[in-house]
Amino acid sequence: MSTATHSGSNRIAGAGRLTPAKTVRFTFDGQNLTGLEGDTVASALLANGIHLVGRSFKYHRPRGILSAGSEEPNALVDIERDKSRKQPNVRATVQEIYDGLKVKSQNRWPSLTFDVGAVNDMFSPMLPAGFYYKTFMWPKFAWKTIYEPKIRAAAGLGVVPGEADTDRYSNRFAHCDVLVVGAGVAGLAAALSAASTGARVILCDEQPEAGGALRYESDVVIDGVAGHEWAAATVAKLQAMDNITVLTRTTAFGYYAQNFVGLVERLSDHLSTPAAEMPRERLWQIRAKKVVLATGAIERHMVFANNDRPGVMLASAARMFLNQYGVAVGRKVGVYTANDSAYAAAIDLKRAGIGIPVIVDTRDNPNSQIVEEARSLGIEVLAGHAVYSAGGKRRVSSMSIKPVRGGNERKVAVDALIMSAGWTPSVHLFSQSRGKVAWDAANERFLPGTYAQDCVSVGACNGTDGLQATLDEAFAAGGGKAGSVPATGGANWTGGMIGSAPGAGADTTVKAFVDFQNDVTAKDVRLAVREGMHSIEHVKRFTTNGMATDQGKTSNLHGLAIAAEALNRPIPAVGLTTFRAPFTPVTFGAIVNHARHDLFDPTRRTPMHTWHAAQGAEFEDVGQWKRAWYYPQAGEDMHAAVNRECVAVRNHAGIFDASTLGKIEVVGPDAAKFLELLYTNPWEKLGVGRLRYGIMLREDGFIYDDGVVGRLAEDRFHVTTTTGGAPRVMNHMEDYLQTEFPHLNVWLTSTTEQWAVIAVQGPKAREIIAPLVEGIDISNEAMPHMSVREGKICGVPTRLFRMSFTGEAGYEINVPADYGQAVWEAVYDRGKPLGLTPYGTEAMHILRAEKGYIIVGQDTDGTVTPQDAGLTWAIGKNKTDYVGIRGLLRRDLVADGRKQLVGLKTVDPTVVLEEGAQIVANPNQPVPMTMIGHVTSSYWSENCGRSIALALVVDGTKRLGETLYVPMPNGVIEVEVTGTVFFDEKGERLNG
Amino acid sequence: MLLIKCPYCEEERPELEFRNAGEAHLVRAASIVEQSDDDFAAFLYFRQNPKGLQFERWRHIHGCGRFFNAVRDSVSDKFLTVYKADEPRPNVEQLIVRPAASAESTEEPDAKRAPRAKKAEV
Repeated sequence: MSTATHSGSNRIAGAGRLTPAKTVRFTFDGQNLTGLEGDTVASALLANGIHLVGRSFKYHRPRGILSAGSEEPNALVDIERDKSRKQPNVRATVQEIYDGLKVKSQNRWPSLTFDVGAVNDMFSPMLPAGFYYKTFMWPKFAWKTIYEPKIRAAAGLGVVPGEADTDRYSNRFAHCDVLVVGAGVAGLAAALSAASTGARVILCDEQPEAGGALRYESDVVIDGVAGHEWAAATVAKLQAMDNITVLTRTTAFGYYAQNFVGLVERLSDHLSTPAAEMPRERLWQIRAKKVVLATGAIERHMVFANNDRPGVMLASAARMFLNQYGVAVGRKVGVYTANDSAYAAAIDLKRAGIGIPVIVDTRDNPNSQIVEEARSLGIEVLAGHAVYSAGGKRRVSSMSIKPVRGGNERKVAVDALIMSAGWTPSVHLFSQSRGKVAWDAANERFLPGTYAQDCVSVGACNGTDGLQATLDEAFAAGGGKAGSVPATGGANWTGGMIGSAPGAGADTTVKAFVDFQNDVTAKDVRLAVREGMHSIEHVKRFTTNGMATDQGKTSNLHGLAIAAEALNRPIPAVGLTTFRAPFTPVTFGAIVNHARHDLFDPTRRTPMHTWHAAQGAEFEDVGQWKRAWYYPQAGEDMHAAVNRECVAVRNHAGIFDASTLGKIEVVGPDAAKFLELLYTNPWEKLGVGRLRYGIMLREDGFIYDDGVVGRLAEDRFHVTTTTGGAPRVMNHMEDYLQTEFPHLNVWLTSTTEQWAVIAVQGPKAREIIAPLVEGIDISNEAMPHMSVREGKICGVPTRLFRMSFTGEAGYEINVPADYGQAVWEAVYDRGKPLGLTPYGTEAMHILRAEKGYIIVGQDTDGTVTPQDAGLTWAIGKNKTDYVGIRGLLRRDLVADGRKQLVGLKTVDPTVVLEEGAQIVANPNQPVPMTMIGHVTSSYWSENCGRSIALALVVDGTKRLGETLYVPMPNGVIEVEVTGTVFFDEKGERLNG
Repeated sequence: MLLIKCPYCEEERPELEFRNAGEAHLVRAASIVEQSDDDFAAFLYFRQNPKGLQFERWRHIHGCGRFFNAVRDSVSDKFLTVYKADEPRPNVEQLIVRPAASAESTEEPDAKRAPRAKKAEV
């Protein structure tokens, strides 16, 4: 068996640069096929004679392979490694094959050759561009129930995978002096030149190997060697230097501000069995001092009837398949062109033994050297002719040719048709950089015009024609001292045509495709103009020309030219749609990268976390913190556990982890003055060793945060904040200290994570901690409620706070975080025989609600003043300034009718209100009712033997004793308005 | 991602290290209690949000922690300058690098794009 049959019947012996011995097995729609290592799916399928690879988006027309690169609009396939590693809409021209690769065609049912959806093609006169905007308008209800679900099911090409992606993705930041995008002849030369100066260079190319057009150009000689050899030697030279990084299979997809460029490097998509720890892709975020764009040009197709038949493809693609992969795209290959570059493909194919029945050239007098060369090889050249239609269905079978100026039609049998309408400079990244493109009228193309960043374009993307000129330009752009190198051969990027070819003009109704991926034909673009779309942005959205995964790389200029012709306006006046990132599709995996699962957001655990976990605690998330929620014992549900914890605190004592509270050390000669300005309370006269509950407002007068503040020395305060508020309070303090009150001599330090905080609360709290404390007199007289002392506990330094968030006498023991768990365990061991019970955040919430203590963010919502919350007592009466003082004087904040915090008792004590439930005065009024408030906190209180609730109610403090109503789906709940304190109203227990 | 120069660290650092802190040069009155409702409303609520050059505050929150001011073009995202919190408002006219006159330029004259002075400052 010859190697040719091993890797496909269309493999030409001696052609291409793949190694015939290295075969690879893969499947296409379940069919076992063999290709060569280095093949793309496209080249391997073509080698096996397969042109039909998919069905089109709207009409379900058979589609083949148009290109050999990332611009491919047609050949989109589904790749599956396993259930979770499956990707739809992969370009067959980009995906390399590997042993075991499973490829499936898309958008067909039941099979690729017999597709039911293809009836759309017959009914296409009823499905013009924009049909769904007009057709699915009535009856109104049908949109949601019938039209939208059906359209959604029919839309799209691939099928999304059903399981979470198990691949890994990595991320790298890099800086360089010069980033070169594209490793064709221009990029290689620029990189070589830049690297020779000692600059740090990064060179990237989306292909598996460098070379660009040199990979298929057969006539190029640079510096005395063949073009592709020069490319390989140059890459080897660059890789030997330590100041340059060469990245292949790496796409520069986005060009952002200040030369920040995003790259995706594909690491394992071409490997049969990638190592388990190997990332699939790597996201590069590069900051470059200078960017050299060497992004080349993209060949355009000819716009004629049935130009989408499988086997109709770009001339440069046919050349790439032959010269790189050794694959003939057909045996009788017709050529249709409007410029010179298709001739090179025809000549290469002819020399490889492929029949070229005819070259059809729309130009009247093509007379360059290459045309003569084609003629001298015996190829018939029909100048001034056009292909009016391609025959065949699942594979092109013929081309119908007529003279452009009228005459008889001639039909020529072919099994492939290669075409070129000319080249479109790839200005995508330049445009993304906010550079302004300029219209080159002579050559009908957009080129880089005004640059917005430190960036330069070289080679084909800059419209530079000729190999020598490109090399000279690129070497100069790299800044190196060594001059350019001599070169001959290569393509010509100018010439050709844009818009519809003869036979697909405004007077015709043929299906001449402009955008293959979106099934947009030339007549669709004209229809859009007739329907009143005069801006190219509107034409694009009406027809969907240039949308989806290829973003119109082959179609945009054609669409623009046809619209401009229909509008009878010059092309630059019609404008160009905006190029946006990404250049080619980027996986969510690369963008999301490591930020998944545990790495999505940091998890913060207190020093005593492992103890809580060992006790079987359930945790709740509070911001990034994990807090012990309750500690269920055997057989207990949450309700039972919380009730037990609440009762234990009031009858004996409880131990609670308060380490998550924000803590800020405020130090300096002006520390008290600073707190006077940041809190509503007075601080100057607070004695050393005393605590005070402080309220912080925003400038608008609403409560921002609260917490207990201890004065440790004249110039030193230990400030606590809410758990969730710690970062913003620190920011708020820093803001005022730095920008409004910079004259104050104060230092702020966040100490949240320096201190572990162990709250011991309840009638036995003092008895429990007494034997553990050294150097502090903790008697009620020496250390009353709301005081702080420094000393030792369990031999460890402590800031001992006598304070309470439960209404019981109690302490908050601050110890350095590393000692937290040891001190906690010592306290617990000492207290356990006395009934000391660990309690979690749920019990803490209930205990504080029994006492009417607010939680900022639960009982307040950013529109609540201290007066509304019943905290007028916490405002320093004689103060002349603090943040929020003026806001509190605003008319609406002092007017009647504000919502005020009150207690609610349900008339039926067993009913627990729902937090957030709305409150009305009259439950019999018609809907919508006038709502006068809402429930902010609501619990079952085992200590009170009934439900309790806090609520914000309009003029609430004037309504004490009133009956109000809470309408719920299952009936109206009757409630009585009460004060906010449900337990130990006189507060005697605090001083116990 | 922008590069922002911190005037305290005196170097350019990535945008990730910074947090925008709203409009700059808002003046909190020394005797704020006596401020009229209108003046207080202007201070509390009214912002310029210009298309073009704007004076704004940034905090180098994941760096030195300092608040500073910057002049940034809200159209191009380009920073004209940065300066410390206690430094006066720079003269924008001197900072603008005028591009060569272009017939196709549709941009508004620079004078129009410079922000007006705040009410509290007049």
